[in-house]
Amino acid sequence: MDAVMVEFSGVSSGYEGRPVFERLNLEIPQGQFVGFVGPTGCGKTTLLKTILGAIDPLSGIVRIMGHSIRKIPPGTIGYVPQLETVDWNFPVTVEEVVIMGLYNRMGLLPWPSKKEKARVHSLMNELGIDDCAHHHIRNISGGQQQRTFLARALVGDPKLLVLDEPTAGIDIKTQHDVLHLLGELNKNGVTIVLTTHDLNAVAAHLPFVVCFNKGIVAAGPPHRIFNAEVLKKTYGADVIVIEHGDHLLMSHGTPLSLRRD
Amino acid sequence: MEFLFEPLQYEFFRHGLWAALMVGALCGVVGVYIVLRGMSYIGHGLSHAAFGGAVVGYVLNINFYLGAGLWGFLAAILIGQVSKRKKIKEDAAIGIITTASFAIGVALISRVRKFTLSFEAALFGNILGITSSDLVVISVVTCMISVLLFLLYKQLLFTTFDKDAARIFGIKTELVEILFSLILAAAIIVSMNIIGVTMIAAAIVIPAVTARMLTDRFSHMMIGSTLIGSGTAVTGMYLSYYFNAASGATIVLFAASVFCLAMFYNYVRRLVLLHEHAHQHGVVQHLHEHPHATGHEHPHGEGIKDGVSTAQVSEGTMEKPSVK
Repeated sequence: MDAVMVEFSGVSSGYEGRPVFERLNLEIPQGQFVGFVGPTGCGKTTLLKTILGAIDPLSGIVRIMGHSIRKIPPGTIGYVPQLETVDWNFPVTVEEVVIMGLYNRMGLLPWPSKKEKARVHSLMNELGIDDCAHHHIRNISGGQQQRTFLARALVGDPKLLVLDEPTAGIDIKTQHDVLHLLGELNKNGVTIVLTTHDLNAVAAHLPFVVCFNKGIVAAGPPHRIFNAEVLKKTYGADVIVIEHGDHLLMSHGTPLSLRRD
Repeated sequence: MEFLFEPLQYEFFRHGLWAALMVGALCGVVGVYIVLRGMSYIGHGLSHAAFGGAVVGYVLNINFYLGAGLWGFLAAILIGQVSKRKKIKEDAAIGIITTASFAIGVALISRVRKFTLSFEAALFGNILGITSSDLVVISVVTCMISVLLFLLYKQLLFTTFDKDAARIFGIKTELVEILFSLILAAAIIVSMNIIGVTMIAAAIVIPAVTARMLTDRFSHMMIGSTLIGSGTAVTGMYLSYYFNAASGATIVLFAASVFCLAMFYNYVRRLVLLHEHAHQHGVVQHLHEHPHATGHEHPHGEGIKDGVSTAQVSEGTMEKPSVK
């Protein structure tokens, strides 16, 4: 049996005592690459925050690698926030952001050791952002911004990587590059959990998907669970699913001529 | 050089200069975090709260620094707690808590009028009345805050940049916030008698905002703000001596002038360093400013016609969308 990376047992979670989802049971095995999809307000971000320990569950037990979230060693989880939530006017360079990923293990001095700095630059080089190390985070492209926060999450060698909407706000080529990169990381043993609204990108790149709406609607490989019935249940709207060779394409179910938006 | 040494023959000026140097640096460095957290009003508010604490301390026969410090620290913690409730934002929490504290001080002063004069220094600043014991307190607090800020540099930077992410990455953000409240309260208390409750917000905010305009690196902003804070305080002291003006007000006015110069420099730098580019996205040509960043290269000059910026869609060249 696969070791479990994330385990939810009867977890209810939400804000100010009001649950967004209730009595959720979930197991994500180590080495999995899973995407959560669902409509806005369905609880995807609340789920991620609960995995990350950013909010305490109202009831139930959350375990990461068999331990309570408060007892896992620092650096076990790497986190990439939504780019929209980043303060792009904050005076930090790409290098400074990446070094933040090592703060929990650095010594008393404010600057990294030579070894730590070498690790930072080696990773930045791998991700293709070493050239813009001293650029302000606002002055780089969307793909480089995504890679900068990915580098911050990876620099501490996490076992679990959590990404909140990594495909939002970037072009289709960068989306492909980012998801391809995540696939490579997953092959190297990193468990990856992400949320996204992009069903087509998920179908093309992720081996496992969870359709979520205040609870799990369906879970499995995209080819098995992405069908009109499951997606209607998830989104409450008609979604057309087209199979084209090895590709799955999802589209709004309403014809262009009838759309008002 | 005579103009530099002449005022130094007076002990009150030497004391004042030394105090201004330390308090200017202290306000400068603490101001960086205040400005980046969007809490610029807190310096103003906490100094008012501490004023109330100082008056209560006086009535209870407690040391000025202890009374004001304890009250200021509690007010800072209380602001953080109240603003955690999503319905009340931080600026509203600052407004309620600090003004209520100030009102307590004012009410007590009006009841016991005999000590009205001694609190004028706290309200408007009295840099030329600094005693040796004041200098000792300021020196000790400056050293302690400097050590704390050095040791907490990483944690404070990450928490200020993204508190949620910092917590996820293992930073003890709650502890960092409490320690920062302590640092902030201590910095404001020692600055109160020098700059004055009414001027302290400017002394905290101006150096940090000025430094922010000159750099995009956090570490450089910290150094810049500290140097601007201490530099403007020392220069302001000399100006107040020669122009025979109130020292706190002169320091703040000089700092504001430096801010204006930095704004002008920033404007000129933008014009010189940030090229105006014509950009071509598909068939749309337009003109806008941006710095040269990696991954954002493009040929220059296209789209500029006779030096006039253009924004046009070439008719007939755009592919029509097809519905299949």
